[in-house]
Amino acid sequence: MNSLPRLRQHSVLPGFGLTMGFTLLYMGFVLLIPLAGLLFAAGQMSLGEFWEKGIADRRVLAAYRLSFGASLLGAAINGVFGFIVAWVLVRYTFPGKRLVDAIVDLPFALPTAVSGIALTTLYARTGWVGRWFEVFGVQISYTWIGVVVALTLIGLPFVVRTVQPALEDLESEVEEAAAALGATRFQTFTKVIFPSLLPAVLTGFALSFARALGEYGSVIFIAGNMPGKTEIAPLLVVIRLEQYDYNGAIAISVVMLVSAFLLLLTINGLQWWSRRHEG
Amino acid sequence: MSIEVRSIRKTFGKYTALDNVSLTVEDGCLTALLGPSGSGKTTLLRVIAGLEQADAGSGPILFHQEDVAKTSVGERRVGFVFQHYALFRHMTVFDNVAFGLKVRPRKVRPSREEIREKVHAMLSLVQLEYLSGRYPAQLSGGQRQRVALARALVIEPRVLLLDEPFGALDAKVRRDLRRWLRRLHDEIHLTSIFVTHDQEEALEVADRVVIMDKGRIVQEGSPDEVYDNPKNPFVYEFLGNVNLFHSRVEKGMAHFHGLRVESPQHETAKGEGGRAYVRPQDFEISREPLGESSFQATVQHIYRLGATVRLELAREGEYLTIEVELTNDEFRARGISKGDKVYLRPRRVRVFTDQEMDDSYTSSQL
Repeated sequence: MNSLPRLRQHSVLPGFGLTMGFTLLYMGFVLLIPLAGLLFAAGQMSLGEFWEKGIADRRVLAAYRLSFGASLLGAAINGVFGFIVAWVLVRYTFPGKRLVDAIVDLPFALPTAVSGIALTTLYARTGWVGRWFEVFGVQISYTWIGVVVALTLIGLPFVVRTVQPALEDLESEVEEAAAALGATRFQTFTKVIFPSLLPAVLTGFALSFARALGEYGSVIFIAGNMPGKTEIAPLLVVIRLEQYDYNGAIAISVVMLVSAFLLLLTINGLQWWSRRHEG
Repeated sequence: MSIEVRSIRKTFGKYTALDNVSLTVEDGCLTALLGPSGSGKTTLLRVIAGLEQADAGSGPILFHQEDVAKTSVGERRVGFVFQHYALFRHMTVFDNVAFGLKVRPRKVRPSREEIREKVHAMLSLVQLEYLSGRYPAQLSGGQRQRVALARALVIEPRVLLLDEPFGALDAKVRRDLRRWLRRLHDEIHLTSIFVTHDQEEALEVADRVVIMDKGRIVQEGSPDEVYDNPKNPFVYEFLGNVNLFHSRVEKGMAHFHGLRVESPQHETAKGEGGRAYVRPQDFEISREPLGESSFQATVQHIYRLGATVRLELAREGEYLTIEVELTNDEFRARGISKGDKVYLRPRRVRVFTDQEMDDSYTSSQL
């Protein structure tokens, strides 16, 4: 009867057409049209100009290095410590657990300028935390370390919130099985628990990284913004705009966009690989 | 390797899961722990495995006369099989089975080559060698449980403990797998305990059946012993369907429905109330009266269950239904149809007086 290839299985819940249409429209207006506009504007530029303004500039290159390096480092730190936070929140009960659980989400809600200023004050040479690092000659605020600190803060909830449910889903029987087979607690963790949680950790890492890459508000307070040293790429875009160098801003944005996309694609590939057993 | 536990107590908060339980399992024996949910059977199994610690003051847990109560689950060298398989989902079938060998300390760990040999030998024992590269998510329930069994057996455990091993499988696979387990046990003679709430499974597979209720062992014995001589009403009702008749017991006779049935163990009874139990297959059915020990009833429903036929009957003016089971042949020979008036004679009756009911109730309550 129906010779057309069918896009969908018959379902008891109607509304595929409506919801799919809405999804496309929504994605179009919110995401795809702005991005396409950016690429379209980049297409107006000559290749030489694009190369000069988006890649060959030393100041721009330094900004990329800081943005990607600090974001990756921040996401990696979150991968480790966010995992521990999630572990504690799932596995143990302690007074104030719900409070701690709620606090984890704060970086989502806090205006980034507020967290930026708070961190700058804390980690400055005379700040509560910064003075102890000063003893060892380590300066945090106004250096690249400060950038990493800010990017770690804003990415933390992503790792915690993705690992938490995966950890809750992990059957205790699996751990018991490992113990019954003679595995030590360390072996049970490294060979059984952690590999099962790896996909969730990678997802959290990817989200945290993506968020850090686009972060602007909190970093510009703590970074010090010295050209070529502590200047992040998003800030450079703003600077270019202020100088009416629209093509410069566009070139940097496009490079950021494409490389972020490639990186996320890679991480997605890793996730797919770590989930290969879910058959 | 024999297993013996003495006076085990286990409480969870105010709830008593095991109340002074003692049990001996002989070397090479396949024992079923049978009971309804909440009877403590799984807790007992987990205490024996070392996954659960018995309360302070409990007696020893002996594996071949050696007390293992203080050792951890890993040190006890038990093969444990979980109801929901508990396979490592990120590992292939091969790696799942090899796990117990790979985690051994370097000094006692077999070489790579030996591990491969042992794992393949084990996989061929459970007939799954062709699936060694698959992940658990790609297997059926029955296959997963066999992988779990291979994984438990590869470490050469001293005893095998199975917690509702067939509980999550559908009826056909369940039956096949339990017969297969029985044959496997006959091959390897490993002392095994399995937990089940399915009386049919326990009676069919086990050498010995241990029936538990409310944290206590109610009765133990061979499947025939417990089925033919249930110690109390709980066991009787738990092992298969029953018809219950309220009766009066006097001088070795029970009276119900105008029948007089011998009950030799109640020689001294003086007109006490009691319950008479008759299993559905223990009725003789006929269109003619069967002497003075039969009563009349009307056929209300007929259910055909393949090889057997189940009838539901009721006596004139009574609401209580009586269940009778016949073979297909018998049913056809009698030519019974719905609405017929027939005569029933119980072939085998088991009587418990109210006094005995109370006793068994309190003893399993405490």
